[in-house]
Amino acid sequence: MGIRFVLLVNKQGQTRLAQYYEYLTLEERRALEGEIVRKCLTRTEQQCSFVEHRNYKVVYRRYASLFFLVGVDNEENELAVLEFIHLFVETMDRHFGNVAHFMLEEMVMNGCVVETSKSNILAPIQLMDKAA
Amino acid sequence: MAGSSSGPSLMDSLFQRTLDDLIKSLRSATAISGADSPSLVLSRAVDDIRREIRASDQTTKAIALQKLTYICALHGVDISWAAFHPLELLPSPIFLHKKLGYLAASLSFSPSTSVLPLATHQLRKDLSSPCDPAAALALEFLSSPAASADLARDLCVELSSLLSSTRPRIRVKSTAASLRFFTLYPDSVRVAFKRLVENLECADQRVVSAAVGVFCELSAVDPKSYLPLAPEFYRILVDCRNNWILIKVLKIFSRLAPLEPRLAKRIVDPVCDHLRQSSAKSLVFECIRTVFTSLDGFDDAVKLGVEKLGEFLASEDDPNLRYLGLKGLSMLQPIHLWAVEESREIVVKSLGDPDSNIQREALHLIVRMVSDANLIEISTILLNYALKSDPEFANEILGEILSACCRNFYELVVDFDWYVSLLGDMSRHPHCTKGEDIEHHLVDIGLRVKDARPELVRVARDLLIDPALLGNPFICRILSAAAWVSGEYVELSRNPVELVEALLQPRVSLLPVSARAVYIQSVFKVLIFCLHSYLEQDGAGPLVTRDPVGGSQMSESSDAVMFEISSNCSFDSRIGLEGKDNASNVQRAHTSNDSAETKGFLTYDSLKHILDLIEMSLNPLVECSEVELQERARNILGFISALQKVQGSDFDEEGFRRDPRNCKLITVMADAFLEDLGPVSANAQGRVLVPDGVSLRDDLSDLDGILEGERLEEPSSAPVFFKRSDQLSEAQEEDLPSLTESKSLLAEHRRQHEVYYLPKESSEAEKEGYPRANEAPSSVGHGHIAEGSIQDLIKLTKESLGPRRTKPRPVVVKLDEGESVPTASSLKSVEPRDDPLSGVVREVLLQDGDEPTTSRRISSGNPSRRRSKGTMIPRSTGESAPHSDENLGDLQKGGRHHRSHSHRRQGRDGAQSRPETEDRGEEGKVSHKGSHRSNHPRRHRRKEEAEGPLNVIQQAPPGQDLLL
Repeated sequence: MGIRFVLLVNKQGQTRLAQYYEYLTLEERRALEGEIVRKCLTRTEQQCSFVEHRNYKVVYRRYASLFFLVGVDNEENELAVLEFIHLFVETMDRHFGNVAHFMLEEMVMNGCVVETSKSNILAPIQLMDKAA
Repeated sequence: MAGSSSGPSLMDSLFQRTLDDLIKSLRSATAISGADSPSLVLSRAVDDIRREIRASDQTTKAIALQKLTYICALHGVDISWAAFHPLELLPSPIFLHKKLGYLAASLSFSPSTSVLPLATHQLRKDLSSPCDPAAALALEFLSSPAASADLARDLCVELSSLLSSTRPRIRVKSTAASLRFFTLYPDSVRVAFKRLVENLECADQRVVSAAVGVFCELSAVDPKSYLPLAPEFYRILVDCRNNWILIKVLKIFSRLAPLEPRLAKRIVDPVCDHLRQSSAKSLVFECIRTVFTSLDGFDDAVKLGVEKLGEFLASEDDPNLRYLGLKGLSMLQPIHLWAVEESREIVVKSLGDPDSNIQREALHLIVRMVSDANLIEISTILLNYALKSDPEFANEILGEILSACCRNFYELVVDFDWYVSLLGDMSRHPHCTKGEDIEHHLVDIGLRVKDARPELVRVARDLLIDPALLGNPFICRILSAAAWVSGEYVELSRNPVELVEALLQPRVSLLPVSARAVYIQSVFKVLIFCLHSYLEQDGAGPLVTRDPVGGSQMSESSDAVMFEISSNCSFDSRIGLEGKDNASNVQRAHTSNDSAETKGFLTYDSLKHILDLIEMSLNPLVECSEVELQERARNILGFISALQKVQGSDFDEEGFRRDPRNCKLITVMADAFLEDLGPVSANAQGRVLVPDGVSLRDDLSDLDGILEGERLEEPSSAPVFFKRSDQLSEAQEEDLPSLTESKSLLAEHRRQHEVYYLPKESSEAEKEGYPRANEAPSSVGHGHIAEGSIQDLIKLTKESLGPRRTKPRPVVVKLDEGESVPTASSLKSVEPRDDPLSGVVREVLLQDGDEPTTSRRISSGNPSRRRSKGTMIPRSTGESAPHSDENLGDLQKGGRHHRSHSHRRQGRDGAQSRPETEDRGEEGKVSHKGSHRSNHPRRHRRKEEAEGPLNVIQQAPPGQDLLL
């Protein structure tokens, strides 16, 4: 599976959003988040956005005070994942609200990026808002 | 307000806190403890939710579930108790509620959640719903980690029909979900595979993207099964303009191309086109990866890739591109190492990069550039650089040097004297934690490389004699190896007396028991050697004549050359007998002259000194509670007292030398240590024939019966040390004198080895004034490599091509080819693929689920599928034989680091099964059913079922148009 998880973490290291594409127990998730956050948040702007961790790698990017961390397979294309993060952020920008999970669901299934058009991602979410 | 036991009241619904409220209160709860602590807010919120979630009002329930989901996902609260509630919301007519129900289920369920089967009906309903969002929700849930095999089994028919839906969004989602279905329930392949393949040609790019994504994942596990789809992938590669899709297709091709040389030939042009034309770095990098890993037989393509990679490496302001540039270089096959050497300047510079990840990649690349000509210089400079790095990176450097040097039985090492002293220097590195590796290398070289032994003994002596090293727990294993080397090859030592002093110095007590045991045993060996050579050095005549047995034993053990050197009398004739290699003989003669000289200094007084020292140092150990120490100390002391018994009270020089019983005793012991320890093949045990009448396979079930009678006595056989516990108090009383004794020993040692002690002033402040071995030298700067050493490295790596040998490489003893010494590099290359998908998908696509995994793995190496295809297309090995074989050969030779194993196996297997598969291929030409007679009838039948829809492609030979 290409993408294993998506994490949003604030500067203090608190998880703000966690979406996993493989099943991990709550303890495993907590341990993983702790290790990765420690590893990524200590890095500086001059360092690259890729961190190898265990048998996968983490591609991360910082936007304001929020870190976007995406865990991917070793063979995954790092730059494409960075682009994916950017896409995600831009989409959130366009429609900010408490809908990050839903957007991710539109974009990623099974760890594969399935939707790369911003309006396509937002259409069902806006539809849902109207319905509610 | 209603108690928590009764149902939720109207008040609960009216004043229910929303998710926003909850988040606000959680974020404002900053106090660590007290009424406002986050954990308290959390537990209060959970209490509220427990009440609210039982409300009959759907909205109250939905909000409660929403809050619960938030708490579970971000605060790791276990909500398995609420598993039923998401199910309650699934059938809701209000879409938002349904959505919340699905979200909660997909985030908190696992395949083993007990209520999961209850969702089947609703999922089926939603899947067939004409409403897009509902169907999409169900599909999203089914591709989440919560989906179970049962769900996949029950719903795969519905999925299959959605795969060709006219609603684009549903078609995309169902395509992506099919991957989950295939992995969970392999048989769903039969129902859905055909439509999935059709989706590769869908007009909607999103559907193609999803389908390619699925095949990308599937092909990672078992690429061979997807070779027939190459034409479809090829069309996408050529026509598609979407970078996301292209990247995935390139990944698929990089897995398929190694299996089919003609495919590689076909795709190299389109890949290069993308490489030239694309402005997207992600796509460019993917092309480079594909070329380097799978199209490395095409020099022009590799050159283009290297050129493009240069742009990555040169991007000063983007660490991401620099990192990927180095990563790309490390993907190059060994035959294209020229490209790494071309960029060596950048690579070496990156060693000083502010990013440790970039440093690390650079280090790996530098080590790859190491050749036998520049090994010494690069290692020396890297070692110096390690001194300036932080401990973690320093040890990584040390590890890289070690594994580069020991690769394939030290094949890069020409000068073993240098390597052995490098090991000594490494041991003194303040942060060295590679004790285990260095220990192994010291002993291993001792066993394998005879010519390195003199230097080895010298290095070991320097390590042993330094009292500062004894306090460092990381290098006690190195010291233990040094002690063993000194004892085993003591005849090469320049000063055995000094060695005994070093091995018995007071601070040895700081070592762990295992190391101390080796020390004591080495003392024994050195002692015997000293006694033996003392007797020989002027009483040589009488000794040899007196003890012909010992002499004959010596000459019998042909391996023990080094020991024979030590005995002056037989040394000359020995050289004559062995005179095969002049150079090494000269060297050997030289060293033996040295040792002969040394022995000249062995006087009766120095012997007496050794004996006294041993007695004084080991006597306390006789009462030691560590059996290893106690036993070995008693061995030596027992031997000494045996000597004294023979001698009686008048233990004088003349008597000692003349007494035949003494000589006998010492010679017997010397003979005992004479046998040279050689390396033993890992398979040696397997070659020992089992004697007749010994049955190793009978179980020992009757052993209990036999032992029944003896069981009662068992406890008595355990070692019991009554005596010691009796004397414990006594020993404690003696503590005081023994303390002063050890102090005087220390003072004595200090007097003799002043060099190793700190100057007096500081030692007065600190009782035991040794510098801490792990202390960083004051010059240690953090992080950045000095400009000078980088320049040095650049210069050096430039020379790496020039062969430059100053002295002949000594013989390294290797055993049969099967010997597998677990070196660091070989461990690294064995990298089992433990992808959870693989097992299941292999079952689906290769259809031999009833075989155990191991045999599966072998048959996956058997390229029967490719073969049979090859025979359908007019003989792959006949027509384009030279080319394809060459490519395959290249691959097998220089397979990527972690793949080399499987490649090799494939090659071997293929060779073995060739005749059989050729037969099969001919049958296959006549009719497909011929394949039923193969080794795996079941596998073939099921494959036809599963890929039935593909028969169209298979009968019009797959990829023929594409490949010819």
